[in-house]
Amino acid sequence: MKTGAEQGLAGRRKFLGLAAAGMGGVLLAPGIHLIEVAQAATPAVTGKVRWGLLIDTTKCASGCSDCVSACNTENGLDPRPSPTSAQWIRKVEIKEIKTGRSASVPVMCQHCAEPPCVDVCPTGASFKRADGIVLVDRHSCIGCRYCVMACPYKARSFVHEPVSDQKADVPRGKGCVEGCTLCVHRVDKGGTPACVEACAKAGHHAMLFGDLNDPASEISQRIKAVASRQLRADLRLDPGVRYQGL
Amino acid sequence: MTNTGFHAIESRAFYALLLLGGLVTAAGLGAAHYMEVHGHVVTGMSNQVVWGLPHVFAIFMIVAASGVLNVASIGSVFGQTAYKPRAPLSGLLSLALLAGGLMVLMLDLGRPDRVIVAATHYNFTSVFAWNVFLYSGMAAIIAIYLWTMFERRLNGYSKAAGIAALVWRFALTTGTGSIFGFLVARQAYQSALLAPLFIVLSFAWGLAVFLIVQSVMYAWNGHNLPEDVRRRMARLLGVFVAASLYLVAVYHGTNLYFARQSAFEAFILLGRGDELGVFPALFWGGYVVVGALLPMLLLFMPRGAGPNGMLAASALVVAGAFALLFVFIVGGQSFPLEIFPGHEVTSSFADGAVELYRPRWPEWLLGIGGLGAAFVLTAIGIRALDFLPQDDFAAPGGKVAE
Repeated sequence: MKTGAEQGLAGRRKFLGLAAAGMGGVLLAPGIHLIEVAQAATPAVTGKVRWGLLIDTTKCASGCSDCVSACNTENGLDPRPSPTSAQWIRKVEIKEIKTGRSASVPVMCQHCAEPPCVDVCPTGASFKRADGIVLVDRHSCIGCRYCVMACPYKARSFVHEPVSDQKADVPRGKGCVEGCTLCVHRVDKGGTPACVEACAKAGHHAMLFGDLNDPASEISQRIKAVASRQLRADLRLDPGVRYQGL
Repeated sequence: MTNTGFHAIESRAFYALLLLGGLVTAAGLGAAHYMEVHGHVVTGMSNQVVWGLPHVFAIFMIVAASGVLNVASIGSVFGQTAYKPRAPLSGLLSLALLAGGLMVLMLDLGRPDRVIVAATHYNFTSVFAWNVFLYSGMAAIIAIYLWTMFERRLNGYSKAAGIAALVWRFALTTGTGSIFGFLVARQAYQSALLAPLFIVLSFAWGLAVFLIVQSVMYAWNGHNLPEDVRRRMARLLGVFVAASLYLVAVYHGTNLYFARQSAFEAFILLGRGDELGVFPALFWGGYVVVGALLPMLLLFMPRGAGPNGMLAASALVVAGAFALLFVFIVGGQSFPLEIFPGHEVTSSFADGAVELYRPRWPEWLLGIGGLGAAFVLTAIGIRALDFLPQDDFAAPGGKVAE
């Protein structure tokens, strides 16, 4: 037969057990709910797809910077960049020294298959998605700028100042490194990058976006038919961006 | 001032120096806070030169931290008795320089508040991630090494700890050199030579720092360094400086041979494309003449370097180290990336343009603050524990002080 004191102790134990279970439920439930929300927002990314761009420099007009403006607007970047502002895409005017042949070339993150920025990132903040898009996780970037040192394309920017008026789909933050996301927020909803859309709208159609892994895609058909090259192909980083007419 | 006169104010002088070191460190921390609040826009850095003066200071201290431990290694691993009494001071300086260098490196991060992320998330293909282990492991090994030296019962393990420290030190400086050596993108880096170059540079810079501190400590205590020990250490510094100069010459020599590197070498060595000529001035004047030839002249004089000559040579080696690191780190980034070889290139993002980086005051304060922190740690360590090499005064052949 249990004494009164023992019964009291058992009762308190039972109460504590129930309370702990209740607390656990209260703490876990929102987390489970958030996981559902997060999974709903991101469709499955697979390695069956490799997103890429083909840029036809013969169609790219020298004075036109619609792709740059569209990128700045889409991603909430500085419309009038200074040397310390982030520039995810820029127009590079090139002239061959021997021949004098000139061209206007939009350059952005080349979304390499073997990205040096991902190799050097100490925390793994720089990463490549299964579909080939190279991104920076703003939660684990410590702002060491090693990826900026490692990128052969000058495609990464460091956020030198506090940022305001951010776009809901494109989180940014002072002290982190960032670069072209290939408008991943649009691509995941079945859209195309803002620069590609702006180029088409301007009537140039110099930028073609698509799946390099799908032999039937327009981009795959085009790179099969016309000569195109990757920038700094000597480094064998296998960029997802190709250039025609260089 | 006479020794007795100095003895009377010695304690006050020590605390005044400590206070000064503390103020310099505090100014560095203040500058780091200012940079954190406003962002790196208050520095001279840009999207082309992303590693500026703080990296010059940090890498100097980290490389010197590795090299300064050489003195201990020569004593306990290679059994040179003249170096044995210097091993504890060598260990202390190594810890202090490592702490100062890491302080600057961490506070220059874009998000120094996320240092815990760096300590909990590792990407093992990153040389930086290896370095997190190499630096913390180094501190732990030196602490154990010092313990085996101070605790008589553990003296027997001192050699084993010394060997561990020696091996770790090679790995650490290989890691520091490889931060740059593994960068395929830039003309200035991507060379396997950088790892051995950094190791030899560490020997020279570490010994120079050690000799400066040792000279000051001896003068402070009114002692004279035994002449034979001093001559040996001076000669050793000369050998290290010569070896460094040789490796730097080989590094640039190989680059000059490759046509694809000639524009970069013309930029660094001749100032082509650099209207101010900062890099050739710092390379030839700062490193080659001030940091290598003059010290070698002082150290290898036929009559041998006197105490002042040795101190001057050490100071020149340190000055040359800063010049070389500035040329190496900043010059390597100022030279534009060659995305379109054989083309003239312009853009809104400074493509094809040489970046004229001018460090601003927060960067200077942060860098000097790191040196201040290393000084404070050294001063407190020396005061609290007995780091002054003792047995010289009884050693045969050594001149007894006073």
